[in-house]
Amino acid sequence: MNSDAAVLTKKSFLDAPSRSRASADRQNNATCREISRFKRRKLLDHLKGHALSTAVFVTVFALWEIASRTGLVDPMFSSSPSAVVLTGIELISDGTLAKHVLASGKVYVLGVGSAIVLGVPIGVATGWFKWVNRAFSPLISAFYTMPRIALMPVFIIWFGLGTSAKVALVLLSAIFPLIVNMQVAMQNIDEEYKRVGIAYGATQWQLFRTIALPSSVPFLLTGLRLSMGRGMLGVIAAEIFGGAEGLGYLIQYAGATFQIDVVFVGVVVIAGFGVIVDRSLAYFATRVDSWKITSS
Amino acid sequence: MNEILARELEAPAYGPALLFSESESGAGLAEPAAPIAGRRKLPDMMARQYEPPLLAVKDLVITYEHQKTGAQTEAVHCVSLDIEEGEFVTIVGLSGCGKTSFLNAVAGLVKAVSGSITVAGRRVDRPGPDRAVVFQKATLLPWRTVMDNITYGLELRGIPKQQARQKAGRYVDLVQLRGFEHFHPAALSGGMQQRVNLARALVTEPYLLLLDEPFAALDAITRESMQHELLAIWNQTRKTVLMVTHQIDEAVLLSDRVIVFSPRPARIAADIRINLPRPRTGEVRFDPVFEQRTKEVFDVIHQSTGQVVP
Ligand SMILES: Nc1ncnc2c1ncn2[C@@H]1O[C@H](COP(=O)(O)OP(=O)(O)O)[C@@H](O)[C@H]1O
Ligand SMILES: [Mg+2]
Repeated sequence: MNSDAAVLTKKSFLDAPSRSRASADRQNNATCREISRFKRRKLLDHLKGHALSTAVFVTVFALWEIASRTGLVDPMFSSSPSAVVLTGIELISDGTLAKHVLASGKVYVLGVGSAIVLGVPIGVATGWFKWVNRAFSPLISAFYTMPRIALMPVFIIWFGLGTSAKVALVLLSAIFPLIVNMQVAMQNIDEEYKRVGIAYGATQWQLFRTIALPSSVPFLLTGLRLSMGRGMLGVIAAEIFGGAEGLGYLIQYAGATFQIDVVFVGVVVIAGFGVIVDRSLAYFATRVDSWKITSS
Repeated sequence: MNEILARELEAPAYGPALLFSESESGAGLAEPAAPIAGRRKLPDMMARQYEPPLLAVKDLVITYEHQKTGAQTEAVHCVSLDIEEGEFVTIVGLSGCGKTSFLNAVAGLVKAVSGSITVAGRRVDRPGPDRAVVFQKATLLPWRTVMDNITYGLELRGIPKQQARQKAGRYVDLVQLRGFEHFHPAALSGGMQQRVNLARALVTEPYLLLLDEPFAALDAITRESMQHELLAIWNQTRKTVLMVTHQIDEAVLLSDRVIVFSPRPARIAADIRINLPRPRTGEVRFDPVFEQRTKEVFDVIHQSTGQVVP
């Protein structure tokens, strides 16, 4: 902050002798300087932010490591960053981690995939057609408020202990954000855009396709982001509940057998996966939404 | 109400006719048709025949009902108005007097309580390809580029994209947007957005172009240059235009006739012919007739407001 200001003063001082230039030119130059100053500040802020978060991160892990090495906490219960890393390498090299990640990934993709395939049309239909909304709203809100894990025993009875029961739980966890967001999207279509469509002779179907769908994209992205997070919770919950593979199972089993290092490896992998999903969707959102950002 | 208005149009009736009506030369942009023994032939392949006038509004009444209280507001009271093909007619009146209501009724967006509207002999009860509206707010679809906004109306008629774009090219030039086809509306100035709005309507080649205060939201300088541009566009296309404005000088500059609406409920207070020579340019503002007519319109508006007890 301070150094930034100092640099600027020096720059304007150096600029001083060239006062005789045309005023437009001077103005132009000033604007350029404003912009570069702005950019520099932004970059600085960015770096500062990163440095700060890295510092916090490193400190926490260092304290953890120190605490467990000095015996301040019992390594048996708390593990330590170095132990987690070593265990992680071990689990990767013997293929255990890959096996569980693949198993969870399969349940996740199937569950969230079918939530998208079913949830988006259900949300669109309930939002677009008033009578569909009236017919299905009570059912949807009943499901929406129920803790989904409560249904897991039912799914196990129906589908057995295999993949299907887990997929069903993930589906049920991930579908509601999509339904609700698409519903809201359909109910919030700008009347002015609709009027343009009507004035140019659009049929109901054309109104839906050319006005409702494109304007629902931001809502869809919000729905996807929420549903992908909920889906992940669903996967872990389902695997902790029953079954013999997947990251949830790994964590549950390792916890029960006091392999605290393994639990942390599982947690780190899940967290990393969550961050990747969320970030890539956020990136995708800025790409798709670029027509909004270019304003003014 | 939307559902009723948006019912499927009987497209075959005039759908295909609005495909390429003239060659790409650009020279023959909708030439005024010659009268054929009392009947008029419209300049498209359909050659729709009708008894003039092009627009006939008879005893139109528009009343709004408040959704909750049921209170009635009469916006338009028994207005009759004829517009001949190739005429540029402007409605002026105080804000809130019922101009937009009248225009929307002609557009088929608002239902009349009684009276009739016919365009080229066909009764209006919903939007149709024989009319196109330029809204006061540009209301461009923000997720579409300039080009895709302009071809929107054609797309709705099922005209293939390639063909629609080719056709739109002429109008992109006409409204001077060449080079901006791939921009999104958010990146355009207000004046440019309004040109896209205009091109979107023109490209559908309607018999009747409806403009609702198209320049009201623009700053004074942009507005004046847009007025001159509209004048130039009209000189080239000779479209039949019904425009609404509250700018008296704008009305006199552009129109063959200025209709003055009384305060709400709207009635026709005067129908003033603007006998300034065509083709016009902005220079016409210095014509003494321009000043005379402007004053005339102004006086009628003042009189009509004075007479009506609120
Ligand atoms: N959709 C509507 N519902 C109820 N009243 C309306 C509606 N649209 C317009 N009005 C009323 O009708 C009158 C005329 O409005 P409008 O036609 O928009 O006038 P103008 O375009 O001349 O300003 C106004 O008093 C307005 O409040
Ligand atoms: Mg209005």
